[in-house]
Amino acid sequence: MSTYSEEHKQFLRKRRKNKIFVHFFQIAIIVFFLAIWEISAQRGWINTFLSSSPSKVVDTFCSLWQQNDLLNHIWITVYETLISFSIALIIGFLVASILWWNKTIAKIVDPYLTVMNSLPKVALGPLIIIWVGANTNSIIFMALLISTFITIINIYSGFNSTDSYYIRLLQTLNAKKYQIFYKLIVPSNKNTIVNCLKINISMSLIGVIMGELLVSKEGLGYLIMYGSQVFNINLVITSVVILGIVSYVMYYIISCIEKKMIKNSS
Amino acid sequence: MKKILTIDKVKKIYHDTSGEIVAIDNISLDIYDKELVAIVGPSGCGKTSLLSILSNLEEKSAGKITFHKENIRMGYMLQKDALFPWRTILDNCLIGLEISHTLNEKTKQRVIDLLNTYGLGEFIYKYPNSLSGGMRQRVALIRTLAIDPDILLLDEPFSALDSMTRLSLSDDVYQIIKNEGKTAILVTHDLSEAISMSDRVVVLSKRPAAVKKVYDIHLTDKSTPIQNRKCKEFNYYYDQIWRDLDVHL
Repeated sequence: MSTYSEEHKQFLRKRRKNKIFVHFFQIAIIVFFLAIWEISAQRGWINTFLSSSPSKVVDTFCSLWQQNDLLNHIWITVYETLISFSIALIIGFLVASILWWNKTIAKIVDPYLTVMNSLPKVALGPLIIIWVGANTNSIIFMALLISTFITIINIYSGFNSTDSYYIRLLQTLNAKKYQIFYKLIVPSNKNTIVNCLKINISMSLIGVIMGELLVSKEGLGYLIMYGSQVFNINLVITSVVILGIVSYVMYYIISCIEKKMIKNSS
Repeated sequence: MKKILTIDKVKKIYHDTSGEIVAIDNISLDIYDKELVAIVGPSGCGKTSLLSILSNLEEKSAGKITFHKENIRMGYMLQKDALFPWRTILDNCLIGLEISHTLNEKTKQRVIDLLNTYGLGEFIYKYPNSLSGGMRQRVALIRTLAIDPDILLLDEPFSALDSMTRLSLSDDVYQIIKNEGKTAILVTHDLSEAISMSDRVVVLSKRPAAVKKVYDIHLTDKSTPIQNRKCKEFNYYYDQIWRDLDVHL
């Protein structure tokens, strides 16, 4: 690669430098934060009973791991999230398609969709427990309530904003409505749908945790709730940290899928 | 010459909540086989409405359209190319066949041959974003030809292009239409384009549109559109049609 000009090499060096700089500070911030936290805890500047400390979080993590049910709690939360994520996606896509197909239905349900989407679903929590029962179903139901409406609205608005000129083109070729749908509407909204996956996975996780806080015997939300009830702040913070990692991993997987799909289409 | 299409007293009214607009008042016109008819008129006079009615995209309010041939197929070429960015050039051209369920090895090969003949052979597996505006519009024409239409409806097909591309593309399109032996109706607001490309120029009046005048274009030494602009009658037609259009701002 010695064929590059000096200027280009300099450009590459600058790019690499910037990348290292960004990574360095990303790590530095978390290290700095943890160090301050740990030192404050050890010196007794803060009350570890209320605010825990990094070393205690690690201890709690290890003991949870040894008790052997940590993986189970994580799995329960992930499982519930994936279930509601998939169901929300399927319902969202189907309903959005129906609304696209029939504008009159869309007009009729529009105000209901808006109300259902803006209503804080946690307010329905007590009702859901009474109707669905204090079990996993009501957790999934809660997550569905949160993620389905936003999925419907996003996919539908994507469908609707399809370039009308493309539709006209297909009409000049005498395309039927179903042909317009699967030749144009769906492929041209691939990116909308992938974007929707990203929002949907976060929403489903929010819903699942909310449901687990209300009613559960297992899961990360349960650990957080249990920890707060017995005033074990170590457990609460450890669970929150694990939850953060879990949500990041799920989001990361979705964005990998997104990259792959966009790569295929261009 | 054989008639292929008769437009008889066609009328078109558009309705919306604020009232109704008569877009086309009364258009009667015969189109002959293999001729290229240009329709010119002031902007917004209902030229596109006429093409939409001919291709069955819109209902007419009154009048009659008669085709003098069984199962006539219309090919509609739009102002913008509207190529799907997620389809290759070949797949874009095949979409009409897919929609009419007539895609098979034979029709596919015909489209590939068309692409090869008209200089797009090396791009058939490329995506539209790697092509220039003129090339894309040429692909759009091949897409229109792929369904083997009897009549081509060209709705200002060059107006989205820069003037140089426009000139050379109008030459190409003219050649393609003549080689393939197609009947074509070209809607344009460019008088030079209309005179240099067509056999007949139909001048429409302001909205509501009606046929104001029809010119049979006779040019000495008629050849390609670019060459035709040099013919001695060219300026005469230009002047006449300009007067007929009666453009006042």
